[in-house]
Amino acid sequence: MDILVCVKRVPDTAENEISVNGSGTDIERDDLVYSVNEWDNYAVEEAIQIRDKVGGSVTVISVGDSESEEVLRREMAMGADKGILISDGAFEGSDGKGLAVILKTAIEKDKYDLIFTGAQADDGAGQVGGMLAAMLDLPYASLVNFIEVSDDKKIKIGREIAGGQQEIDEIDLPCVLSIQTGINEPRYVGIRGIRKVASVEIPVLGASDLGIDQGLVGSAAAKVSRVDYFMPALGKGAEILEGSIEEKADKLIELLKSKGGIK
Amino acid sequence: MAFQIFTYILHKDGVVDDTAAEMAAAAAKLDPAASVTAIVVGSKTDPVCSSLTASFKEVWKIDNDALAYPNSEVIRGLLANVIPKGSIVLIAHDHFGMDLSPGLSVKLDGAYLPDAVGFEGIEGGKLKAVRQEYSGQVSTHVLCDISGGAVITIRPGSFTALAAGSAGGSVVDKTGDALTSGMPGGKRRFVEVIEAEVGDVDITKSEVLVSIGRGIGEQENIEIVNELAKAMGGDVSCSRPIIDAKWLEKSRQVGTSGKTVKPKVYMALGISGSFQHLGGIKGSPFMVAVNKNPKAPIFQVADIGVVEDLIEFVPMLTEKINEMK
Ligand SMILES: Cc1cc2nc3c(=O)[nH]c(=O)nc-3n(C[C@H](O)[C@H](O)[C@H](O)COP(=O)(O)OP(=O)(O)OC[C@H]3O[C@@H](n4cnc5c(N)ncnc54)[C@H](O)[C@@H]3O)c2cc1C
Ligand SMILES: Nc1ncnc2c1ncn2[C@@H]1O[C@H](COP(=O)(O)O)[C@@H](O)[C@H]1O
Repeated sequence: MDILVCVKRVPDTAENEISVNGSGTDIERDDLVYSVNEWDNYAVEEAIQIRDKVGGSVTVISVGDSESEEVLRREMAMGADKGILISDGAFEGSDGKGLAVILKTAIEKDKYDLIFTGAQADDGAGQVGGMLAAMLDLPYASLVNFIEVSDDKKIKIGREIAGGQQEIDEIDLPCVLSIQTGINEPRYVGIRGIRKVASVEIPVLGASDLGIDQGLVGSAAAKVSRVDYFMPALGKGAEILEGSIEEKADKLIELLKSKGGIK
Repeated sequence: MAFQIFTYILHKDGVVDDTAAEMAAAAAKLDPAASVTAIVVGSKTDPVCSSLTASFKEVWKIDNDALAYPNSEVIRGLLANVIPKGSIVLIAHDHFGMDLSPGLSVKLDGAYLPDAVGFEGIEGGKLKAVRQEYSGQVSTHVLCDISGGAVITIRPGSFTALAAGSAGGSVVDKTGDALTSGMPGGKRRFVEVIEAEVGDVDITKSEVLVSIGRGIGEQENIEIVNELAKAMGGDVSCSRPIIDAKWLEKSRQVGTSGKTVKPKVYMALGISGSFQHLGGIKGSPFMVAVNKNPKAPIFQVADIGVVEDLIEFVPMLTEKINEMK
């Protein structure tokens, strides 16, 4: 089973408070800690587990600037066999469709049985996987939280649906799946693992290497573009308790008592 | 020029989902002059279709026994057969909409705007919409070129539902057109739905929930929350990362892909407040958020906020409650 996993380098929201810069043109990027998109990490783990069971290979691919290489290397330290970085100034400002076109062109250079994306990334779009599948004319399933490889023509999958229910489907190969968190427990990557892959060559491909139609990518082709960032309106907003930590606890207890929160 | 807008209707067991009226509101906000058509796909959909004629001028029906379970691979093909290119299609951003919509926008060759939470008018053929990024920590305005059509998913709960009017709409059967070349989407076949696991406590019945999120840090720390829940006489629930880490049973997850709870009091400890989490909390409980980040989105919806490290705050709170008793 030859598996491709699309991975994105994103600011780690568990590590950072995200805020908007002074002019509202971007988030404050100084001091941000970046890592691999959480969902993509589960996708890579799943791909590695499938390969280890039935044989084959795992390739990780990312569209981004040169810093995305560190994310590819991290996923290779986890156990991916190969990394591909796609990088070109011409790709800047691409919307979800542009990104899917770029990935599609790269994917068509090789043959894969399974293509994974994360269910969503930092901008919460959840769009690239479904577009990619439609462009490649392959079947698609989103929010996959279970995979059973039964034979080399089709697999069994579980999709997470509402209220903790799971939809079970059979899907033909090759296919595109977007992977939901919780499908597995991603392995820990230690500094030694990273060192082991430090010198592995990661090819960097640009628009001309891929033979991409530049009219379909970049900001000129984008139908969706961001205008600005702003902090969400505070609604009615919580009453923030003031004082020392002890005073806050005392105040909270009074409130909880009056609302039936302490029985 | 008025736009042609379609809204995809979610329904179950013959009942229209709440999001249908929200989609109608979103369509009216997008373009008050638009003609809006509801699309109903399924099996034995007549009751659903007729109930929609009060709110929509036109209701398109695609009905077949094989459509009893909504398989988006099949439905995408059907919709692509009947929706004219250049149209605007509104779909709820849930597990089904996320499955259907990105690919539909490719098939219809239109723009794709995911998870919109607001519309702010049209500027030069472009729709100005509001989205959120980084799990709701920041918002953005985006411009979406809808001149060549667009598929737009709408976050459930973000538009105030339109009351059903007296549109006096009619139902148009589009089944034949949709199925001209047979049933599409055969490469993904629905097998079954597995029901949610039943756990040791039923948090949907709890009056007081002490809920933990990723901010709990480590599994060992859950003990301090168990102590607090005991002191308060409540149950422990959680956000999704706690389930992903397998620290608590899946039956304790609150949210769109977990349980819907309606407690009187909800304590959110180290939970950022993503819409998928909040989507599982109903009945406007008295909500307390403890979070060390003063900008955490949870503070927008909570009644009371405590900006502290929960690892310090929770044991102190427990001790004080126990002393008082
Ligand atoms: C299709 C889909 C369905 C989903 N369904 C659900 C669902 O049903 N339920 C659900 O919960 N999520 C769901 N999610 C995931 C959701 O998008 C968020 O990722 C998740 O809710 C985040 O959980 P969290 O708030 O615990 O973690 P985070 O967003 O990482 O927030 C952790 C918070 O803890 C705070 N914190 C950290 N340390 C401390 C400390 N020591 N003291 C105090 N505060 C601290 C941080 O400031 C932060 O605000 C779903 C996602 C998708 C794509
Ligand atoms: N720049 C990128 N490079 C590679 N894969 C990406 C990129 N952006 C998004 N993806 C993939 O698409 C998934 C969903 O992202 P999105 O559609 O942006 O929410 C991610 O989890 C990745 O698997």
